[in-house]
Amino acid sequence: MSAISPPEVRVWWRTPIGRTELVWMSIAFLWGLFMFFMMIYWHGAGGQNLSNEAYRTTPEKFAAKTDAMIAKYKVREVSGDPVVHPPAGSDVYLFGRRWQWWPMLELEKGKSYRMHLTSLDWAHGFSLQPVNLNIEVQPGYEMVFNLTPTDSGEFTIVCNEYCGIGHHLMLGKIFVK
Amino acid sequence: MAKQEQYRICPATGLRIYRSAENLIKANAVVAVVFLAVGGLFGIGVALTRWPAVHLLPADWFYLALTAHGLDILLVWVIFFEIAILYFASAVLLSSRLATPRWAWAGFILMIVGAAITNYAVLQGQSSVMFTSYPPMQAAPHYYLGIVLFAVGALIGCFVFFGTLVVAKNEHTYEGSVPLVTFGAITAAIIAVFTIASGAIILIPTFLWSVGLVSHIDPVMYKVVYWAMGHSSQQINVAAHVAVWYAIAAILFGAKPLSEKVSRGAYLLYILFLQLASAHHLLVEPGISSAWKIFNTSYAMYLAVLGSLIHGMTVPGSIESAQRARGFTHGMFEWLRKAPWGNPAFSGMFLSLIGFGFLGGITGVVLGTEQINLFMHNTMYVPGHFHGTVAVGTTLAFMAITYLVVPLIFQREIILKGWAKWQPYVFGAGVYGISVFQMAAGVLGVPRRHWDITFADAPLHFSFPDSAVLMMSLNGISALFAFVGGGMFVTVIVGSILFGKSTKSSEVAEEKKPGVAPPIGAAVARYGSAGVHAIPGTAVLVSVFFIAFVLYYFVNWKYVSELWLLG
Amino acid sequence: MADENDQAAAAAEDEQVPVMQQIMDNPFLLLFLGVTIPAVLYVIWGVIEVAQIPIGQ
Repeated sequence: MSAISPPEVRVWWRTPIGRTELVWMSIAFLWGLFMFFMMIYWHGAGGQNLSNEAYRTTPEKFAAKTDAMIAKYKVREVSGDPVVHPPAGSDVYLFGRRWQWWPMLELEKGKSYRMHLTSLDWAHGFSLQPVNLNIEVQPGYEMVFNLTPTDSGEFTIVCNEYCGIGHHLMLGKIFVK
Repeated sequence: MAKQEQYRICPATGLRIYRSAENLIKANAVVAVVFLAVGGLFGIGVALTRWPAVHLLPADWFYLALTAHGLDILLVWVIFFEIAILYFASAVLLSSRLATPRWAWAGFILMIVGAAITNYAVLQGQSSVMFTSYPPMQAAPHYYLGIVLFAVGALIGCFVFFGTLVVAKNEHTYEGSVPLVTFGAITAAIIAVFTIASGAIILIPTFLWSVGLVSHIDPVMYKVVYWAMGHSSQQINVAAHVAVWYAIAAILFGAKPLSEKVSRGAYLLYILFLQLASAHHLLVEPGISSAWKIFNTSYAMYLAVLGSLIHGMTVPGSIESAQRARGFTHGMFEWLRKAPWGNPAFSGMFLSLIGFGFLGGITGVVLGTEQINLFMHNTMYVPGHFHGTVAVGTTLAFMAITYLVVPLIFQREIILKGWAKWQPYVFGAGVYGISVFQMAAGVLGVPRRHWDITFADAPLHFSFPDSAVLMMSLNGISALFAFVGGGMFVTVIVGSILFGKSTKSSEVAEEKKPGVAPPIGAAVARYGSAGVHAIPGTAVLVSVFFIAFVLYYFVNWKYVSELWLLG
Repeated sequence: MADENDQAAAAAEDEQVPVMQQIMDNPFLLLFLGVTIPAVLYVIWGVIEVAQIPIGQ
């Protein structure tokens, strides 16, 4: 009898289990529990957790809030795009659309910002490099979370959610002082 | 009254193989291999484009080829092969007639028509939406229609499978519980029913939207329901390829399950919890609670992962046990060293097992950890992981069992035996490499589904480190190996089916009656009271695996802790 | 060999199949569980989550 034949014993449920299997099953089960609780633990003790806060929005509503921020805090331009330096702790608006991220941001290391992300058209992937922080950005949804840069330098937002023929042209910038 | 159906007795196992079941297995397996070849062609186009120095295809063709590659491999190749497995595990292993062959053929036709329509839609160029087809991005209506038809055809196949189980039971073609391999097929079929039902629930409205009858598809709602199909379809693969491992172990070694209860229990964990992990595609979406994310991404506290970890011991353990009973008891690993590594059914199966565990499994759990996903989502790590599961795990396992299906079902000898012997190693080297190098690229930030990581035409400038470019080049080279290995497989199998020497013998084979041990595996000791089996070699392998898992898991948490603060 | 089989078969008929094994021997019960559990815990719960996202200012 083998795995391609019916079990030899009619009531196989009562056949005792070997020790090696029992030991492994216990270790594997406990490891599984550990990994499960690790995610919960990190929500309490860790510094990197994506918030669950989000709102339904529209492109017009969000773009208006973005324009207001740009009008108040624009400091310069790079390649014709506005660079905005919002105060620490304030609401910062950033959207993706085919095929750019808007506006560029200038932030300060160690300071916290209340980020609002959305897309004005299709799904995009906010992929901050070289940090390698990756968040999904959806049209009609405004994701809100606190972000604190922990390095300074020039950072690039790559799009990593396929969004059509210009997907590979889509870049944004975040400068951290 | 059902007319008396023609059958033959399999000389190796004594099982009855009914003509209709045999023909359907052959048909589905052949079409599966055709789509593997098509998918493979699109795949090499993709890989050679993502190799920056080669950059083979222009952007529009790249995105087209990537869409087609995903569809033809992740959906069409594997599901056609799985339907063949379902018919094998029910009709053949239970010595039964197939429940309703006409419906099975109808399902088969629907699957071909559906796959053809969707491929045609993609080739027309207006449906380069990737396998995931996320709204508001929209494909041509017949893109969705084809997938729906394919899914309905597959669902019919699943119902024929369940019907065959009923027929076999009622006609007393076997005694007691179904074989373990059949139980694995039941697991796969159950997941398939959930998969297809979810697919229908999401793709039918999406189709209606594409023709203007539905005004709006919520993008996040779509993703939740889509992935109930999208990832569950890959979980069908897991259940199926584990069943294939057990089947190969049984056919080549007469290997018995160490414990029917343990192996079936592991499958039960799959049935109950495997589908929940579709949530790992939504870990960085807006608005969904961490509670839903954590509970589901963990397959309910990793209970379904426990199922995989169990199979990871019981499959090699059953081989070790059978080998030791045969006398290979010298040292810890003689059973493995003296295993038939020149037999592609064995080498493919074992490479699939090791690779699925280390490359696919560990990385999947890590990638699906809520916070770790933050630095992996939509990077090349994702395709790196799933080439470890679908290419190394499923595809290599299915290739391996095909080397047994050809002589046992097609009744043809394998031609080009030298090619056959090396094929799993060539393909294996290729797909192991693809998995490792893609994941390395992902850790360095390289995005998936992206035509040009040098951003040569972009209005802004950014450079990935040279190491990232190197990884994508190594991925390209690995893909060449995989392509050659795939080509060797298709050549050997198609050649054998068409030109191989017939293995039909003129002797009348002895039929296995229910309740009597079959001729194969007679040398192996009965389990139960005589089932004292030591598996020290497997214990060592599993320990190495576990240590690797734990270390890799913690290394990735270290990466998380170095990210910017998010709250 | 045949004797042992007969004895085993006779003994097996007298044995009550445990409930857990009966569950696992029933593919349609398993189908029901395997479809209902993820439908509730993943799909329905997930859809409710998305539907509850509030409208912003």
